[in-house]
Amino acid sequence: MKTQKSDFTIVVVCTVILAAGAVVMASDKLQIDGSTTVGPIADAFTEAFRATHPNIAITVSKTGSGDGAAALVDNRCDIAMMSRFMKESEFKRAVENGVLPVAHVIAMDGVCVVLHPSNPIQEMTTEQVRGIYAGRITNWSQVGGVNRPIVVISRDTSSGTYESFNEMVMNKEKMADHVEYVNSNPQAHARVRSTEGAIGYVGIGFLDRYVKPVKLDGVTPSRSTIARGIFPVSRPLFLFTNGYPKLGSPAHAFVTFHLTEQGQEIIESKGFVPLTEY
Amino acid sequence: MNNGATHPNITLEPDGSAVRFTRPLSLSASQDLRGYLVSHAGRGLLFLITFLSVVAVLLIFAFVVVEAAPFFFGGSFAEAFARVRQFLASNNWYPQREHDPQFGALAIIVGSLYVTACSLALAVPVGVLAAVFLSDIAPFGARQVCKPVIEILAAIPSVAYGVFAVMVVAPWMQRRFGFDTGANALNASLILAVMALPTIISVAEDALSAIGRKTREASYALGATRAETIIKVVIPTAHSGIIAAVILGMMRAIGETMVVWMASGNAARIPSPWWDLSQSIRTMTATIAGELGEVPKGTDHYHVLFAIGVLLLVFTFTLNLCSEYFMAKVKKQAQGG
Repeated sequence: MKTQKSDFTIVVVCTVILAAGAVVMASDKLQIDGSTTVGPIADAFTEAFRATHPNIAITVSKTGSGDGAAALVDNRCDIAMMSRFMKESEFKRAVENGVLPVAHVIAMDGVCVVLHPSNPIQEMTTEQVRGIYAGRITNWSQVGGVNRPIVVISRDTSSGTYESFNEMVMNKEKMADHVEYVNSNPQAHARVRSTEGAIGYVGIGFLDRYVKPVKLDGVTPSRSTIARGIFPVSRPLFLFTNGYPKLGSPAHAFVTFHLTEQGQEIIESKGFVPLTEY
Repeated sequence: MNNGATHPNITLEPDGSAVRFTRPLSLSASQDLRGYLVSHAGRGLLFLITFLSVVAVLLIFAFVVVEAAPFFFGGSFAEAFARVRQFLASNNWYPQREHDPQFGALAIIVGSLYVTACSLALAVPVGVLAAVFLSDIAPFGARQVCKPVIEILAAIPSVAYGVFAVMVVAPWMQRRFGFDTGANALNASLILAVMALPTIISVAEDALSAIGRKTREASYALGATRAETIIKVVIPTAHSGIIAAVILGMMRAIGETMVVWMASGNAARIPSPWWDLSQSIRTMTATIAGELGEVPKGTDHYHVLFAIGVLLLVFTFTLNLCSEYFMAKVKKQAQGG
């Protein structure tokens, strides 16, 4: 009797598992790969989708823009997140594989150079900032400030913010060996806030009264200057799909989510700048 | 069998003198098949579990070495030699550049040794003296309270130490000492010293306690004071254990990642002048932690990070061997050898 009962239990459990599997298979899946910069936006979009589209299973993996592009080229993902446009070589390989990458700009990303509030300097040129990070300028007096050594703070080389800064400000020039590295935006903020001679850079969402953003090449960093693309250190963030997604499909809903009010709020809350201005 | 507390296989004679076994102690399979099987199955299971953890260690070792191999052996001999020479002799750590990346890890290796040495210079005197106090001077009650409290230091997650280093110690150093930057070698060493303390104290205290009452009383009997006994008899006798404690503390310091990643500033260069603790440095562990996350698999940069890992493994492996050697000496001593 006992064995019969346990057999029955096994059958029930198996049926339930199969049924659950069938339900999962029936729902839509979205695989999203790519940039660590865009990742937080995609994560928050996914969270919002869970409420409105409960039958779509979305997986977000943040491995870097290059990996995202490679995954799209190999058809391993539906949407690639990228903090830069696709390289020519990636595009070429995609087309050879029968994949036609279509770019969707979902937000703007701006990197602001920040100083300690006590620093009298208000404005710098991109050239000067590059000089400081490359080690050609080591004292604030060389750029019109007080006589104090500059403490140069950078994000770690694996972060998206570093990549933006390295490309847009440094033009990929080597950073000097006395540059200090911190591993998050809040930590960069904390170090600049507590160090008088410090210079650092953070995303626009991390600006507050405890650190002082400098005008770069005469442009004040703000949501508006970044959204319009006139701030020298700003760039668009992309989602790439294979062809334009079928209207009404989950992928279509995802790549147009930034147009909704909720999507814009999410982008702003993650420290990026929505494309639309009200 | 009226005495329920004893083993069912053993009966005590009423006068308590002789012991009579009701079953033979060692059973052959034919005498007790179930007992035989259970005992062998249990032994097999335990062996398998132990074997798994040993295999895990070997696999990790093999994985790190295999991933680092292309860096050490890839290409022709001359190429490999030039690469390894740059790795060990150059300060230029620019692994991310698309054209002409440079993998000079000397500053990073020196940085690791530098903070380890500094943290030991801070932690060893404090740790050994605290161990002496706990084993020889503290009253029983104080010792019962102090030891667990010190051991709590080891239970605090390293990221909590890191936050403390960045938010509290760094600004304090800038205000108090006028350092340009608070994230520096001194900050990292200080926090590492605190983290190494519980290891050093508890191992050194065990070694000192193992010296036993006889040795101390012999010293008192010769007219030595308590101070003389501690300094001239107890500490020299326990030196193997104290060395083992220092080495274990050293392993803790050299392998620690999160704290140095947050507190040391991560500037890849050797401080100049060399004694200037107010400068930022970078360690091997922080380099791996900071860069491995994003590096594309199979690139030179990826392999060189594993090469650093191999170096780190060699360091800790050597230290581990040394500590095993000294711990074995302590055990021998405790057995009266």
